[in-house]
Amino acid sequence: MTPPPPVEAATVRMPGTQFVRERGNRLKELGFAALLLIALGIALLTLLVLLLDVAIEGAGSLSPEFFTDTPSRVDPSSSGIAPAIMGTIWLMIVCAAFIIPVGVASAIYLEEYANRESRFARFVEVNVQNLAAVPSIVYGVLGLAFLVRGPLSLGNVVMAGGLTLGLLVLPVVIVAGREAIRAVPPSIREGSMALGATRWQTIWKQVLPAAIPGIATGTILALSRAIGETAPLIVVGATAFATTASTGLFDQFSALPIQIFGWTADPQEEFKALAAAAILVLMAILLSMNAIAIWLRNRYEQNW
Amino acid sequence: MEAGTQVTGGTPGGLGPLGVKRRRWGEEVIRALLFLATAISVLTTIGILVALLTESIPFFQEVGTKFFTETEWSPLFSDPQFGIWPLLNGTFLITGIAILVAIPLGLGSAVYLSEYASPRVRKTVKPILEVLVGVPTVVFGYFALAFVTPEILQALGIQVNIYNALSAGLVMGIMIVPTIASISEDAMRAVPGGLREGAYGMGATKRQVATRVVFPAAISGIVAACVLGVSRGVGETMIVLLAAGLQPNLGINPTDGYATITTFMGSAADGDNPAGSIGYESIFACGLILFVLTLIMNMIAIRFVRKYREVYE
Repeated sequence: MTPPPPVEAATVRMPGTQFVRERGNRLKELGFAALLLIALGIALLTLLVLLLDVAIEGAGSLSPEFFTDTPSRVDPSSSGIAPAIMGTIWLMIVCAAFIIPVGVASAIYLEEYANRESRFARFVEVNVQNLAAVPSIVYGVLGLAFLVRGPLSLGNVVMAGGLTLGLLVLPVVIVAGREAIRAVPPSIREGSMALGATRWQTIWKQVLPAAIPGIATGTILALSRAIGETAPLIVVGATAFATTASTGLFDQFSALPIQIFGWTADPQEEFKALAAAAILVLMAILLSMNAIAIWLRNRYEQNW
Repeated sequence: MEAGTQVTGGTPGGLGPLGVKRRRWGEEVIRALLFLATAISVLTTIGILVALLTESIPFFQEVGTKFFTETEWSPLFSDPQFGIWPLLNGTFLITGIAILVAIPLGLGSAVYLSEYASPRVRKTVKPILEVLVGVPTVVFGYFALAFVTPEILQALGIQVNIYNALSAGLVMGIMIVPTIASISEDAMRAVPGGLREGAYGMGATKRQVATRVVFPAAISGIVAACVLGVSRGVGETMIVLLAAGLQPNLGINPTDGYATITTFMGSAADGDNPAGSIGYESIFACGLILFVLTLIMNMIAIRFVRKYREVYE
């Protein structure tokens, strides 16, 4: 509630003088603005160079066979990403099947049932914030200890990988879901309840339908984060050179980012081009997911 | 929620049947299920702690204080050494290089977007930054190893190893820029316009407003952004795993290769270390160190963010 000290310093201690003394130094002003613009420029330019480099290196390897071949350890020319794509699809199915019900249910509970001021609600809030900042490789360790080995002992299979990714991005869905539910005005709930609906009927038939665009946007963003995660999958034991595609939840798996990692780390130079091509595929998927999320947000944005 | 109690909970006046509250078991079951779902996120935290501790405790019982007193790390060798310092050294050397890149570029971009850019430019660049935050780090790893090391560093005549801290740090810095820029721009935009107008009224120039009014007023958000940036760097795995190599190293020469906490975890968890072996346990001990480091940083960041919210809401 107090104004920040620097302003006070300028206005109270040295009324005007300090500012006036330095005014007119146009060069300094322009130089500063130029520096800022250069900072932004370098950042954006580097990222542009990254994308261009990947496109130039990878474009040559993009052929229809690239999508249907299996990776080879020796022959780059007949290597492809079929098992990696199948693995990624399976992982995303498991991940979505986990984060949508659990994330939405948590969001509903926190917004519609829990007392905002209660200790539990505040604890969950801080907890979700902290989980979002835990390094992804630590989630891999969690998956390794509980899902791959330990209590569930699933082995290094699709199910373990998908659930690990699910736990990793769950906070994204919870936060987005809560925002979407909060944006539904109380009058909708009151109207429904005044007509005799129970609390759950109100949530299920009124609040959730109105919040779906926001929840869908959050879910897509969560999946787009999960699809590029590499480190946790390395820890739970994804295989970089899978020769057959996964066909079920309890098969071993590869994934696009794992394939990219495997090819990039390969000392044979020819594999780098394959890595670049696989990056192009991954980035194309990612950008389309982001585009869908943005479109959803704009299309269904509702002003109550 | 208020409405619910009025309809089913009865009114103080006691208006006949309206006041009768019937217990609805279906509603109760649903509430319990929703609560269980919420508990999963809490259980995740507990699960992480339990996983890290149950494997770390036997590790520390065996290794003891050598973890902090020895200077060599080779838990997978036949004559294993367990000094964590080389890994911490690699982690902070590379994160340090990254931060030297990310803070000037990130804050410069943020000040430009918040104070100088036209609304149109901001509307275009901000979403680009947000998409860039989502670029998978393995892509940056590829960039560091396959482009920056051979085509930039070696082309400039810098004598670097194939795996080196410089390339990993520079690229990690670029990776962190959008995070720092995005969060600190939000903080600067949250500074009320009245403060800027007051300064302009006193004859301040645009640069003076940006550096002496907006920047100090948004400082807690900016600090939070930088701390989160450091935390992202410390927890980052793929860039260092691909570009910085696996050699534990206590030096400070950025042209050499360095192992970090995360690269050790990533490389040791390849299934060759059976559960219960000291190599397997060392993954969890490193995970514990990493978790504690990032948790502390995140707590600091949350505290700073709260502070700037308190001032202007």
